[in-house]
Amino acid sequence: MEIPFSYETLRVMWWALMGIILIGFAITDGFDMGVAGLLPFVAKTDAERRVAINTIGPVWEGNQVWLILGGGAIFAAWPLVYATAFSALYLAMFVILASLILRPVGFKYRSKREDKRWRAFWDWALFTGGFVPVLLFGVAVGNVLQGLPFRLDADMRVHWEGFFFGLLNPFALLCGLLSVSMLFLHGAAWLGLKVEAGPLRERARTYGQVFAILSLILFAIGGVWASRLGYVAVTPDIAGPSNPLMTSAEAVPGGWFANYGRYPWMALAPILGFVGAAIAFVGLRVRSDALAFTGSKMSAVGIIATVGVSMFPFIIPSSIDPSSSLTAWNASSSHLTLFIMLVVTVVLLPIVLAYTAWAFKVMWGRVGEDDIHQPGAY
Amino acid sequence: MLKGTLRFYRPGVRAFQKGYGMIDMELVELSRWQFALTALYHFLFVPLTLGLSVLLAIMETVYVMTGRQVWRDMVKFWGLLFGINFALGVSTGITMEFQFGMNWAYYSHYVGDVFGAPLAIEGLMAFFLEATLVGLFFFGWDRMSKVGHWAATCFMAIGTNLSALWILVANGWMQNPVGSEFNIDTMRMEVTDFAAVIFNPVAQAKFVHTVSAGYVMGSVFVLAISAFYLLNRRHRGFARRSMTVACSFGLASALSVVVLGDESGYALTDNQKMKLAALEAMWETHDAPAPLTLVGFPDRENHETRFALEVPWALGLISTRSLDGEVIGILPLVEHAEERIRSGQIAIAAMDEVRADPQNQAARDRFEAHKQDMGYGFLLKRYMTDVSQATEADIEKAAFDTVPNVAVMFWSFRVMAGIGFYFIALFATGFVLSTLRKHDTRWFLRIALFSLPLPWLAAELGWILAEYGRQPWLIEGTLPTFLGVSALKASQVWMTIAGFTALYGTLVVVEVMLMVRQIRKGPYERKPVSDLLPGDDTVAPLPAE
Repeated sequence: MEIPFSYETLRVMWWALMGIILIGFAITDGFDMGVAGLLPFVAKTDAERRVAINTIGPVWEGNQVWLILGGGAIFAAWPLVYATAFSALYLAMFVILASLILRPVGFKYRSKREDKRWRAFWDWALFTGGFVPVLLFGVAVGNVLQGLPFRLDADMRVHWEGFFFGLLNPFALLCGLLSVSMLFLHGAAWLGLKVEAGPLRERARTYGQVFAILSLILFAIGGVWASRLGYVAVTPDIAGPSNPLMTSAEAVPGGWFANYGRYPWMALAPILGFVGAAIAFVGLRVRSDALAFTGSKMSAVGIIATVGVSMFPFIIPSSIDPSSSLTAWNASSSHLTLFIMLVVTVVLLPIVLAYTAWAFKVMWGRVGEDDIHQPGAY
Repeated sequence: MLKGTLRFYRPGVRAFQKGYGMIDMELVELSRWQFALTALYHFLFVPLTLGLSVLLAIMETVYVMTGRQVWRDMVKFWGLLFGINFALGVSTGITMEFQFGMNWAYYSHYVGDVFGAPLAIEGLMAFFLEATLVGLFFFGWDRMSKVGHWAATCFMAIGTNLSALWILVANGWMQNPVGSEFNIDTMRMEVTDFAAVIFNPVAQAKFVHTVSAGYVMGSVFVLAISAFYLLNRRHRGFARRSMTVACSFGLASALSVVVLGDESGYALTDNQKMKLAALEAMWETHDAPAPLTLVGFPDRENHETRFALEVPWALGLISTRSLDGEVIGILPLVEHAEERIRSGQIAIAAMDEVRADPQNQAARDRFEAHKQDMGYGFLLKRYMTDVSQATEADIEKAAFDTVPNVAVMFWSFRVMAGIGFYFIALFATGFVLSTLRKHDTRWFLRIALFSLPLPWLAAELGWILAEYGRQPWLIEGTLPTFLGVSALKASQVWMTIAGFTALYGTLVVVEVMLMVRQIRKGPYERKPVSDLLPGDDTVAPLPAE
């Protein structure tokens, strides 16, 4: 069979699709994690906490599939990225997984017993399941922007030469905090939209404004800092076999800003990041919940897209051996697999979006203290 | 070509670069334990989710058709238990999705082009459906029409089953790697025929066998808990109907799980043949039709099975579905593996020549001719870095590595199959009793209650047969397990094993505790009118907490 798209076109399409999937994860499961992380701060009484949890109760499970899909899609479309990222960040991934595991059980089991200590325990578990993954995802992105200390040997085996606490460097922590601000803002905006009037909603709006301002500040600092980082592909072979050993790259400070010179429209991404956070702030300030939630969504889309377009075509640069760097050109699946997966995604993703939208519509409306006594409520 | 390790020259970029040397076998063992523990643990919850989702759909269908309240109560109560179990299934599934990359990075690179696709499709086609609708299943009762909610439940069950399909397509490919080829430019397996990957007969057989096993587990679960209520004379109307559904559905599923067993795929590849020979502890090829060994003691040292009790013809009939089909024994398969190892040595040598000089057409042709055996050549890498240096003794040792642990296979299979047959008898008896309206037959109820742990035992043993029986391969004939690991330190894997064990151990205790509480509490606080049977008191006491 003749594949109707060229290899390099499919590689760019998959780079974009991966961005869409990661953004899908951030703007859906992002507010679930934001709500879980905000729980101890915005919800003081047990009833308030249950209201907050029940705003995400019916939808978080579907939202979390974006993460699972992200894992599967990276495996299918960028096998070397999947192999490198998760084995290199081994212990960090373990911490992320262990925290994420607490979430489904936390939601489900918390309300099964009246016991105060029981509920306090699960409150901590939920906070961990919200805060830790969000922080570490940001830290991971911060490290990727600096390049990971790995190299590939002749058999394409990944060798990692870093250490766990090396991941927690200042720039990476800054990215981690930006990630927390971005998604906690998103969670606060969601609560504003979904809970009935009362102290819980007021607190959510207040915390949301703080995180909106933090997002603006941290994103700006991050941008200035990132201007000193960067890599450039020296011999990209955009239609060649997926083998990083056949291409080369080097570290060039300022490399992450090169794309904006070449394609000025890419500046839309950081602009969206800033404008979105500002809109969210205004929305929370003037108590327009829909405006705030739109803003927090825009901000998350803009910030994630900024990382993507700044780095293109790089996915994971290597700091100790730039030539081992993985790019959209040298780390993808085969031409045929990319095409098959594109067809599958183009057919199925709209269906997924349709029934997800329907599920959100069925569960639409604000949640109040009456709702937590419904059978089935968390 | 330099002696010692694989070396590769990249013009203009870097000088010689060292390939992998010997693999640290402690790391391999730990990584295998890690995967086995997390997968076996995940598989405690998955089959029950599979079975209960379909049972819920059946019960809700009856509710929608008859409009009788008790059926709605059944969906809600079994749904509560389903939910407690589902949460842990989801939690432990998150680990599975990322573990290949974490602990099996070389595997992920080597086969991601083929293996990643079904995993991604599983997310898109199945898990999204299942997870989105599970929210509506629990929260949508008052927000949707009767039929709307029923549809959500049915699609949730469909999503769950599709999920199993795609995971088993991925797993089936590990057992029988069809539709793919090694690409020397990218050093990995790549898809050549995706339809062959999907319609892989091993995957299809596995799918039917695994979902049926899930249905059996769900049915035993419902039956045992209903038996508990009937023995205690609580919620009798509820429990009787649940028992009837469980026995009917369970009987069909138990027949399917045994008759459409996994064995139909066992003639396809060398490893599958080896698995069959190993689980039957059949050392030599027997004249067709081969006898079935009921019990015996496999002896790996002396290559014999002592005190064997045999049924003539049975194995030949079952596994080849014919009178003249041969079932090949372990030792002839080992000899065959030796030949393939020799051919694999040629493939590896040719590959190194091509990598040193991509223009070398003669080496390329030699590689093409032998590449289907390259995986067998890799078996030698357990003992040496340069496989061309292997002695006869090395080859013999590597060939014998293709034999899985015969005693474990033999006994796992017998226990699993025995439980399978037992379930047919259990459900058939229950079905007859339900039909005769003798739901209160106490001896049967006791047996049913005590059968509760058996489906888990059978399911875990089935997993051991499939995956432990696949050893020494990760991908049958293609990639040995020990080559698939990430370049980690053993201490790192120890850390995650300890972490997951502690976390999972705690969670399973919590889960069982919540299940028991919920079951004790029962479906009703007070006995509603819809649950009354002729002869019952109209006002029932509150159930004891």
